[in-house]
Amino acid sequence: MLEVTGATVRFGADAALRRVDFRLFPGEVHSLMGENGAGKSTLIKAITGALALDEGTLTLAGETVSFRDPHAAQAAGIGTVYQEIELLPNLSVAENICLGREPRRGGVISARAMNARAHEFLLDLGLDVDPASTLGTHSLAVQQLVAIARAISADVRVLVLDEPTSSLDLDEVAELFRIIRELKTRGVAILFVSHFLDQVYEICDRVTVLRDGELVGEYLTRELLRIDLVQKMLGRGASELKSRDRLADDEPDAAVVLRARGVSSARGINDADVDLGEGEVLGVAGLLGSGRTSLARALTGVNRLESGVIRIESQDVRLDSPRRAMSLGVVYSSEDRRRDGIVAELSVLDNITLALQSERGILRQIPAARRRELAASWVEALDIRPPDLDRPAGTLSGGNQQKVLLARLLALSPRVLVLDEPTRGIDVGAKVEIQNLVGELADNGMSVVFISAELEEVLRVGDRVAVVRDGRVVRTAAAVELTADSLLALVAQPDEDEE
Amino acid sequence: MTATMARSERRTGAGPSAFQTFLSRHGGMMPTFAAVLILLLLFVGAEAFLRGDFISGGNISALLLDNAYLMVLAVGMTFVILTGGIDLSVGSVMAFTGILGAKLLADGLPAAIAVPAMLLGGAAIGLFIGILVQYFGVQPFIASLAGLFLGRGLAFIVSLSSIRVEDTSLLWLQSERIWMGAWYITPTGIIALSTVAIAAFVLHLTRFGRTIYAIGGNEQSARLMGLKVGRAKVLAYVISGSCAGLAGLILTAYSGAGYPRNGIGTELDAIAAVVIGGTLLTGGRGYVVGSMIGVFVYGTIKSVINFMGAEQSWMQIIVGALLLLFIVVQRAIVARSEGRR
Repeated sequence: MLEVTGATVRFGADAALRRVDFRLFPGEVHSLMGENGAGKSTLIKAITGALALDEGTLTLAGETVSFRDPHAAQAAGIGTVYQEIELLPNLSVAENICLGREPRRGGVISARAMNARAHEFLLDLGLDVDPASTLGTHSLAVQQLVAIARAISADVRVLVLDEPTSSLDLDEVAELFRIIRELKTRGVAILFVSHFLDQVYEICDRVTVLRDGELVGEYLTRELLRIDLVQKMLGRGASELKSRDRLADDEPDAAVVLRARGVSSARGINDADVDLGEGEVLGVAGLLGSGRTSLARALTGVNRLESGVIRIESQDVRLDSPRRAMSLGVVYSSEDRRRDGIVAELSVLDNITLALQSERGILRQIPAARRRELAASWVEALDIRPPDLDRPAGTLSGGNQQKVLLARLLALSPRVLVLDEPTRGIDVGAKVEIQNLVGELADNGMSVVFISAELEEVLRVGDRVAVVRDGRVVRTAAAVELTADSLLALVAQPDEDEE
Repeated sequence: MTATMARSERRTGAGPSAFQTFLSRHGGMMPTFAAVLILLLLFVGAEAFLRGDFISGGNISALLLDNAYLMVLAVGMTFVILTGGIDLSVGSVMAFTGILGAKLLADGLPAAIAVPAMLLGGAAIGLFIGILVQYFGVQPFIASLAGLFLGRGLAFIVSLSSIRVEDTSLLWLQSERIWMGAWYITPTGIIALSTVAIAAFVLHLTRFGRTIYAIGGNEQSARLMGLKVGRAKVLAYVISGSCAGLAGLILTAYSGAGYPRNGIGTELDAIAAVVIGGTLLTGGRGYVVGSMIGVFVYGTIKSVINFMGAEQSWMQIIVGALLLLFIVVQRAIVARSEGRR
């Protein structure tokens, strides 16, 4: 039905997609699998006309096509439900379903016909809501189903579902699957993206795996074991990591630099205890929404504490702002590099010296020559490429942006470095470099909190690992005593089964 | 409106109450209702304090006559603000088209040429702003500020001093009074009210109108839904410009002359009226009927102050306070609807 060959999409220096081939067959559900940053969303956007291909061709039912915009793709029969709900909360449910093809009489929209039509589609999905009500007044699950109703309300040949189940409960998922099966019998080609393996195995006939923007392969779901699928998604990069001496101890062996007791914050973290020794890397493992980011933010003064104490080198401190935390040598790097980290328009030089200058205050300008020298030394030390100080930071690749961010924090010579997912969405090589760098920093006496969604990475980098679940630190153990499987069990296990 | 109410009342037996249904459908109208309430309070208050001679047919009819040009400006502004933009140019565009019309008439051209020229002049500046915003990615604030200076400059190029209008057909627009008892309406009033009616129709019952709302809700989503976002956005500015041209016509008829210094700061009055009428400055929510109410609130405050013989500066203070109040109310509504998700 639909075929993509040699698709390449570039964002600045990064290639988000490199020569990927992809096929969709009528009456078949095809899953696209890969980690964050593997290029799934990019490929979907290319298929649905939201992004143009830099290279490669798109063929729909035997004809080569190129979509100027999403409207063209929709007209060709490609319906899409995007990962983030792309609807309009200020308009009615019926309008969200019908907008762009609403029933009209002589150019005048007939609200009654539109509501009636929308109501039919909603009942099809087993959803009984007032089509005239404002979309924003409904729950996310309802909004998600409305988005699906919109996609199938057109005469679709290809239906793209990007993480459609992330805000649905089990019954709603079952209902969605019933609809997907029905569309299958009508001969619609369906692209289904989900990070829930169970769902992929339940509904999909075929799987294509992407990793770091490249095609790993296309497989039939029934012939591919789960463990193989996961292995293909994650790939291997571990062998390149330098080894460090690590101790098999549940308690920090050196002097405790940062000690948190009974820390709670309004959002997401409850009665957490953390000890961080000098020259130690504390890995933090937990699922998205477990409180791992809240913990990092509570320790660095970004989020205010509701209760609990934080001691730095046996002195009680009040970390009521990131600035205060910085002056005590505790710095934080956010998980969202583009939003909370890099200032994309400023040069690499400015980005690196930003924090240092702000710590000194505007009246004590660092001399320009000194700034250059400083930034150049960091660019060299962290091997930031290209080594061009005046280049806008936004044009660097993800991994190099992360290094610039690290350089900014390291320029403050902190005692405690809190890194929230520093390796997210960057290529394997840069990942390993950053992991090695964290190890070196710790060997030089710096204390690091290292948060990552990848359990193996946490195990490789951390001396000890703290497991966060439902806003609590449920277990802290030496990394060498844990395996990926035992850590996975700790991360995923519901509370009742503990100990 | 009444039909919807009746339908939802019939449903009360099962499911949500009629009130809840109403809220879920028309929650966005609350600020506009608040504006109506304030207008009524103003009327009642003025009647009580001003010895009972405020609410009279003549007074209220004069309110429409005096504010017809502002109402037309507010209608155009509503389109732009609904898309999440702003148009600062309308005051000076109104002055430009007014003086342009007066000059053409003084040069002996018939009104049949002068009037279309005024409307086209406004539309052209609107198109210029729209293209800057949509295709060159200029902030609406900056692009329309350029339009503001352009309009004012053009007005001074046409003439440095005021030009009297002798053309009878143009003066007829405001001198003709259609009486209904103690009430009357002028052709300019009819133009203003029809503009509101046409705009309400376009905004609520055409695809273009719904696209305007969609852009204000989330431009990216609107684009992904396959709506013609670029065209609608440019058109919103063209409509605002044309409305400014029409307002220039009304103002010229009203004052019997074109004057290049007309309408300094009037764009802010129009924005104030739109916001008081319940349209969110962030776009996507609001009603053109609300903007009409906003103009009435604005005009009423002005005439109450005239009645009391108080300083005109009180006008500014009261309108400022009202604006502040309304923006706080809007913030509360937005915060509530976000909290519910």
